[in-house]
Amino acid sequence: MKLENFTIEKVKEGLIKKEFSALELTRAYLEKIEKEDKKIGAFLTVCEDLAIKQAKEIDEMILSGKKLPILAGVPCAIKDIILVEGVKCTAGSKILENYVAPYDATVVKKLKEAGAIILGKTNLDEFAMGSSTENSAFFPTKNPLDLERVPGGSSGGSAAAVAANFCVFSLGTDTGGSIRQPASFCGIVGLKPTYGSVSRYGLIAFASSLDQIGAMTKNVEDCKIVFEVIRGKDEMDSTSVNSKFKIQNSKLQFKIQNLKIGIPKEYFIEGMDEEVEEKIKEAIKKYEETGAKILEISLPHTEYALPCYYIIAPSEASANLARYDGIKYGYSKISNLKSQISNLLDVYFESRGEGFGKEVRRRIMLGTFSLSIGYYDAYYLRAAKVRSLIIRDFERAFEKVDLIFTPTSPTLPFKLGEKIDDPLKMYLSDIFTVSVNLAGLPAISIPVSKVKNLPVGLQIIGKPFEEEKIFEVAKIYELSTSNK
Amino acid sequence: MKKIPNSKFQNPKIGKEEVKHIAKLARLGLSEREIEKYQKELSKILDYIEKLKEIDVSNVEPTFHPLKIKNVVREDAQLKKDIDEIKKLIELMPERKGGYLKVKKIL
Repeated sequence: MKLENFTIEKVKEGLIKKEFSALELTRAYLEKIEKEDKKIGAFLTVCEDLAIKQAKEIDEMILSGKKLPILAGVPCAIKDIILVEGVKCTAGSKILENYVAPYDATVVKKLKEAGAIILGKTNLDEFAMGSSTENSAFFPTKNPLDLERVPGGSSGGSAAAVAANFCVFSLGTDTGGSIRQPASFCGIVGLKPTYGSVSRYGLIAFASSLDQIGAMTKNVEDCKIVFEVIRGKDEMDSTSVNSKFKIQNSKLQFKIQNLKIGIPKEYFIEGMDEEVEEKIKEAIKKYEETGAKILEISLPHTEYALPCYYIIAPSEASANLARYDGIKYGYSKISNLKSQISNLLDVYFESRGEGFGKEVRRRIMLGTFSLSIGYYDAYYLRAAKVRSLIIRDFERAFEKVDLIFTPTSPTLPFKLGEKIDDPLKMYLSDIFTVSVNLAGLPAISIPVSKVKNLPVGLQIIGKPFEEEKIFEVAKIYELSTSNK
Repeated sequence: MKKIPNSKFQNPKIGKEEVKHIAKLARLGLSEREIEKYQKELSKILDYIEKLKEIDVSNVEPTFHPLKIKNVVREDAQLKKDIDEIKKLIELMPERKGGYLKVKKIL
């Protein structure tokens, strides 16, 4: 079985034609993970028993001639910050090292109902805070395309798992670029949906006004299929909404000649890799050749997006992570029998001080500072106002254009260890992706080119709830390259 | 919220005592060495964040949330929870007695 060739459609085809059973396919993936993941480190947990049980159920359905659900028998991987009942969910943190999920996240429930096979949980930066997956409390993940380089982050394990053909698709989460940047670094497709289109119930919260769950896949069609499965309103997440989105036939719903693509001049800055810039410009040219209109636009507050994000995200995180107190669940100093702790406050101090890693503590500190008396107005409130200006920039731009194209990352995948000791330098990796989260917009990263075997990703940003248009336009690029 | 006069344009570089104070607010037990390290790192990050002060935001409303929905309500009734799920939640507690969560004394 050539696992690298499998897409959702090809799995379905193979199952229906009885070229293989769901169990055989699942076993083939599990074996590949067993053999090859030692050098990559994409998985924190492999749930073999669950996967085999699910695969057998699909085979029974096939045997009894039942109509197969859309993801029947499709092996997938889940970022280890999304709960799968009965399986450990660590969020890449020591503080949740032994936490076993008591229920399924809504997205996981939906994937199971759609017949997907869950192979395991993927590595990430602790609590999704990071851009390289080096902040995992357990081990770093390596980029399957070049083992000396990072896969990006925080959904680095999910991106690497798809790129290494350990699964057909995976779920990641994106708070400031954590799906798109690793998708770009690993040469795969990754969508951050519009805020509210996918339920966050069962997702361990990082920054609640920014977090979204999305699909990471080998091609745009698969991304669209998985998005369609996981999206929709959920009564367990009051920020989720019902949006219009119908899977159409692959036929274009609009004429490419009428399509207006905006290129924000602020996204082509000094300091970005020249090769990346060149490849993105080539990709834009390709769209121009198909007849789309390319317009230069301005998003004047772009340079403020990153400092704005690094107040808002840590502020929300400092509140969300207050729940890890060593009392209700997770790592606790009181579980240590030698501990001399006798009062409650010390349980908090010691459990949190020891349980959280460096970057998480740094962000909790930054957030606590921004929200504290005397600094709230100058930091958090000011950032929330700047956020309004960033949103306004996009609203104005979208009066003139249908979609906005930018590079996903200013650089090619960097080497392990290259940025880990300089937090600010690491934060700059997110410079092209954070604005989208602040504005709640949908955006995809698709691989457009390579520089010395390292992939370059194009980011396509759409209006709220216009994922459909993003997918259709992203497919144009895929078609233009596959026809050659 | 209590407002400290002139807090808006204070030098953001934070002192060691302030780092200790924030760590206490955040309930993080940090060593002396870590306090020193965070003082340096946070000062550097806050310096970068200073950039936001270039913008005039005097007539801008803040955004706390990207969706324009508010006050999503549901009926004020008890949600049905699976008894097994409740049992699993209780089992996750580090210290418990019967079905109760046990905590250290506060005073």
